[in-house]
Amino acid sequence: MTLVGLAQIALVFALVLAAALPLGRYIAALFSDNPSEGLRFVAPVESALYRAAGVDPAREQDWLAYTLAMLAFSASGFVSLYAILRTQAWLPWNPRGFDNVPPDLAFNTAISFLTNTNWQAYSGETTMSHFSQMAGLAVHNFLSAATGIALALAVTRAFVRSSAATLGNFWVDMVRATLFLLLPLSFVVALAFVALGTPQTFAGAVDAATLEGAKQTIAIGPMASQEAIKQIGTNGGGFFNANSAHPFENPNAVSNALQIWAMLVVSTALPIAFGRMVGLPRQGYALLAAMGVLLIAGVLVVYGAETAGNPLFAQFGVDPAMGNMEGKEVRFGQAMSAMFVAVTTGLSCGAVNAMHAALTPLGGFVPLFLIQLGEVLPGGVGSGLYGMIVFAILSVFVAGLMVGRTPEFLGKKIEAREMKLAMLAILILPLVILGFSAVAAMLPAALASLANAGPHGLSEILYAYSSAAGNNGSAFAGLNANTPWFNVTTGIAMALGRFAYVVPVMAMAGSLVGKTRAAQSAGTFPTDGPLFVGLLVGVIVILGGLQFFPALALGPIVEQVLMLAGKTF
Amino acid sequence: MSKQASAPHLLDGKILGAAALDAFRKLDPRRLMRNPVIFVTEVVAALVTILWLREISTGAGAPFFSGQIALWLWFTVLFATFAEAVAEGRGKAQAASLRATRSDTHAKRYLDPINLGGLYQGVNALDLRVGDVVLVEAGDIIPSDGEIVEGVASVNESAITGESAPVIREAGGDRSAVTGGTTVLSDWIKVRVTAAPGSTFIDRMIALVEGAERQKTPNELALSILLAGMTLIFLIAVVTLWGLAGYSGTNVPVVVLVALLVTLIPTTIGGLLSAIGIAGMDRLIRFNVVATSGRSVEAAGDVDTLLLDKTGTITFGNRMATAFLPVAGVSEHDLAAAALASSLADETPEGRSIVALARVDFGAADPDFAGATPVIVRFAAQTRISGVDFPGHSIRKGAIDSILRHVGLPLEQTPPEFRKAVEMVASSGGTPLAVAGNGALLGVIHLKDIVKPSIKERFAALRAMGIRTVMVTGDNPVTAAAIASEAGVDDFLAEATPEDKLTYIRKEQIGGRLIAMCGDGTNDAPALAQADVGVAMQTGTQAAREAGNMVDLDSNPTKLIEIVEIGKQLLMTRGSLTTFSIANDVAKYFAILPALFVATYPQLGALNVMRLASPQSAILSAVIFNALIIVALIPLALKGVAYRPVGAAALLRRNLLVYGVGGLLLPFVGIKAIDIVVAALHLA
Repeated sequence: MTLVGLAQIALVFALVLAAALPLGRYIAALFSDNPSEGLRFVAPVESALYRAAGVDPAREQDWLAYTLAMLAFSASGFVSLYAILRTQAWLPWNPRGFDNVPPDLAFNTAISFLTNTNWQAYSGETTMSHFSQMAGLAVHNFLSAATGIALALAVTRAFVRSSAATLGNFWVDMVRATLFLLLPLSFVVALAFVALGTPQTFAGAVDAATLEGAKQTIAIGPMASQEAIKQIGTNGGGFFNANSAHPFENPNAVSNALQIWAMLVVSTALPIAFGRMVGLPRQGYALLAAMGVLLIAGVLVVYGAETAGNPLFAQFGVDPAMGNMEGKEVRFGQAMSAMFVAVTTGLSCGAVNAMHAALTPLGGFVPLFLIQLGEVLPGGVGSGLYGMIVFAILSVFVAGLMVGRTPEFLGKKIEAREMKLAMLAILILPLVILGFSAVAAMLPAALASLANAGPHGLSEILYAYSSAAGNNGSAFAGLNANTPWFNVTTGIAMALGRFAYVVPVMAMAGSLVGKTRAAQSAGTFPTDGPLFVGLLVGVIVILGGLQFFPALALGPIVEQVLMLAGKTF
Repeated sequence: MSKQASAPHLLDGKILGAAALDAFRKLDPRRLMRNPVIFVTEVVAALVTILWLREISTGAGAPFFSGQIALWLWFTVLFATFAEAVAEGRGKAQAASLRATRSDTHAKRYLDPINLGGLYQGVNALDLRVGDVVLVEAGDIIPSDGEIVEGVASVNESAITGESAPVIREAGGDRSAVTGGTTVLSDWIKVRVTAAPGSTFIDRMIALVEGAERQKTPNELALSILLAGMTLIFLIAVVTLWGLAGYSGTNVPVVVLVALLVTLIPTTIGGLLSAIGIAGMDRLIRFNVVATSGRSVEAAGDVDTLLLDKTGTITFGNRMATAFLPVAGVSEHDLAAAALASSLADETPEGRSIVALARVDFGAADPDFAGATPVIVRFAAQTRISGVDFPGHSIRKGAIDSILRHVGLPLEQTPPEFRKAVEMVASSGGTPLAVAGNGALLGVIHLKDIVKPSIKERFAALRAMGIRTVMVTGDNPVTAAAIASEAGVDDFLAEATPEDKLTYIRKEQIGGRLIAMCGDGTNDAPALAQADVGVAMQTGTQAAREAGNMVDLDSNPTKLIEIVEIGKQLLMTRGSLTTFSIANDVAKYFAILPALFVATYPQLGALNVMRLASPQSAILSAVIFNALIIVALIPLALKGVAYRPVGAAALLRRNLLVYGVGGLLLPFVGIKAIDIVVAALHLA
């Protein structure tokens, strides 16, 4: 670790915070219940859309109607995206004449983009037509992110409102999140990427003659626009297989910092918006602080592990002072690669600017663990906030009793029904990740996809299912995921990770919104101080992470001790 | 203050013996199903036992090790059932004595419940139905709960309250309710039965202390769900580990996987949860409060506002003399002596307080009657004056206007210091009495409501807990304000009618606050029913007792404060042990994980931070620790975590440190210590 490296990391975090504060205030105003706080320019634009769609924006939905609208919307998105991928050969904007996407891959990809996972079992530059990229994938980059934000707002309203029945209107939330948040932000960031050198064109590829005189086909396309929403919407699905490590997607150190900034900014702003909407700004900062503590710890562990390097390299004449540069881009360096690794997995973004499989075992343990903690640090846009609220409710429940009151969070009593739904939600990740991993670890068909034996191979399997179930989408690399087994099982894992998680959370919101918001007093469990932040961090690690420890012990943990002992696989 | 009934000692030998037997009876899986954590433990204990038997018969494996694991798993289950049995044991002893009072009672039932002049016949108390009217005469046991429709009697209620002084019960008014099982000492009453057999007050009390029909309270249910969920999560983790370990070429024996599972699932809190609940109810009963539902005990912990009646709760029931304010020319001592003389025969509490003040604080001597027999003037409603006449003296005291009429002076013509004194006393919320001697004004006695000693500190403590206190009084606002500020309550309701109380409660509840109150009259019933915690006095009417969700057998309204503390203590104990139980898991991982895989990956021994002797001893030590911690915590579960009125933030900091951080660290020490013993005894 160097001072310069730490300063770079601190600078990017500071820039994120500086932008997230006003953005959080803007989001709170955009979705406010109180029309006087609302934004005036919104109404004229919206109302035309609602009239066209036949939606009455004043008609609010209870949790079930809201959730069903979201599920119906996602289902139709799945059907249309699947259809586009299966028929891209006959659709326009296919300059390189790619074939239709095979069924298992199309199934996997459609679920992947609609759940905001953006797990890519294919190489974009050799599989997807421009039409598929723009009308299919990029559209869902927006819509899946907007869906996450809408759900987070519905859950937020469960605490804003007292003795109410409805959580808002899904269609209104979707329109506002897309039109007034994601689109303008992406537009500006896309222009910045163009300025920094990312291509933006409808052309398919250019041919170049290499020094040896060979012909090389270099794919180009509408990348800057895709890149912007890929980061802002914490999607992570790259135009290229190499994702943000590719010089077109992420040309230089500045664009790299911008990528990290862009993927963090909305997820950081949402807890701030939450605090403002519930009328307790400090509560938003407390949630953000808990996210920050774990995320920064993650960044530092990766940075530390990577600069410490791999002792086995020394025998090949590699300067130990360089640390482990394997799989990293020299133009980004150790610090900003480490930060990218932790941030993309603390978020459910999944864009990568370095190959995670090439990290030292300890460095690879961090992204894996951050995903398994439930993608709440600060998590995907929207999904991070509602995931964090589930953990906050669990923390309040476990420790809140210690002050001698029935647990309550923001004045809403946490009772058996909320507990049942919260447990149902947090059960999903271990069930999906460990269940599929255990089966895959014993199934010869699945094991054939592994590039490495031993604990590293196990890490590849664990990472694949963690990434899918956590809706992260980053790949550990090394695993050939484009097989019917992995396409189908990771597809199911992604769908469960998104929908089987959020439906109980929405039911919980529906139950909470109907409760009277209790008055706060000196006897109330304080949920906005450092004590609560510490408690929340503890609960995230113990309730969200401990169950993965036996599996992790057999993967990255044992690999690290073996590496230190001089053994590889 | 409330007295605690002689409680059986926490670890009474007789109770422990009975509980040990009960612990085995509770192993019945159909009963254990209610407790998912311990049920899972029992299932895997049975599984390990079968594996152990197989190992013995085939000679394969390590039967000595498996046998010990099986044994300690059974101990884990037994310790949990034992904790519950101990908690129940204390209630059972109490139920037995209550049941004795319910023994076959005979009742004299009127053939026609309308015509009470008619005939009655002797029937068994168990045959009485709601609406029947019975005659109860001196020496009879009242056969069932009821309302007196005719007559007045003194009743010994010691069977229920433990208080042997008889109380008066009479038809009409607020003293008309009688309880089955109590005894009429004198006179007779006719009682309309209000409870069906099997659901009388005593029946409910017996059921309650026995915990026979104990239902999980809402918070207990929510906690059970959390524990069941965690059990399921760790079950997934352990079952899948079998597949993942298989990939790594490690064949983890089922016995070891089971050991990992049992140490990870929250057996500590799972085993103690029901004991904590029973003990909380038991604490309440020992405070002579009967709660009709566990829900109300939890609600008591959540109360935000206490509605307290002024008289009897905040102040003593009666006004007392606190000062003598003489007119010019009369010394304080002379006034005290006159006041003493006028009150010698005054048996009212006010009169006695004047005597006490004059004698003790002013050293006034009793008047010298010089052998003559004094003529006592008793208080009469028409004159509102009392006093004494003896040779050379005619002393009177009474309400200001009565005395002024007696001395024949309008208020304007009285000495200015007299008028000032009257005004001062009235504006401070007190009552002025005038004293006259031989037709001349001597001065004013200051009678005031005396706020109970140390009540102010208690309210301050409540405030620190975040609980507001509201005083309810029929006094005018000036008097109410003066007493409110002296007692240190947060708010008051002056000139309050029962409707005002109800309105106030509703208003507070809409604002999201939980309200506790106590009351005894029929007109309190709506407010008692509306309040989240309504404590009815045992001396109150049947309507009040049915409207509230708790009955205070001592009829002491101050007890509301203790009830709140007991509720909080119950929740705190649950929370602290849950936190402790969950925090324990970290150390157990460090004990078991390296032991699991060290055969395949010897380098994982680096995680063995406790330096446990061998993989087997590590696993065995963790399992033993996991079982013993339940027994070690039984006293805490029964006694409850100490409550300090310091506010939530400070409480949380303290408990998080003790039970959170403590729970994180203690098992490292405990498991290491057990490992040393296990290794020394060559058990593994």
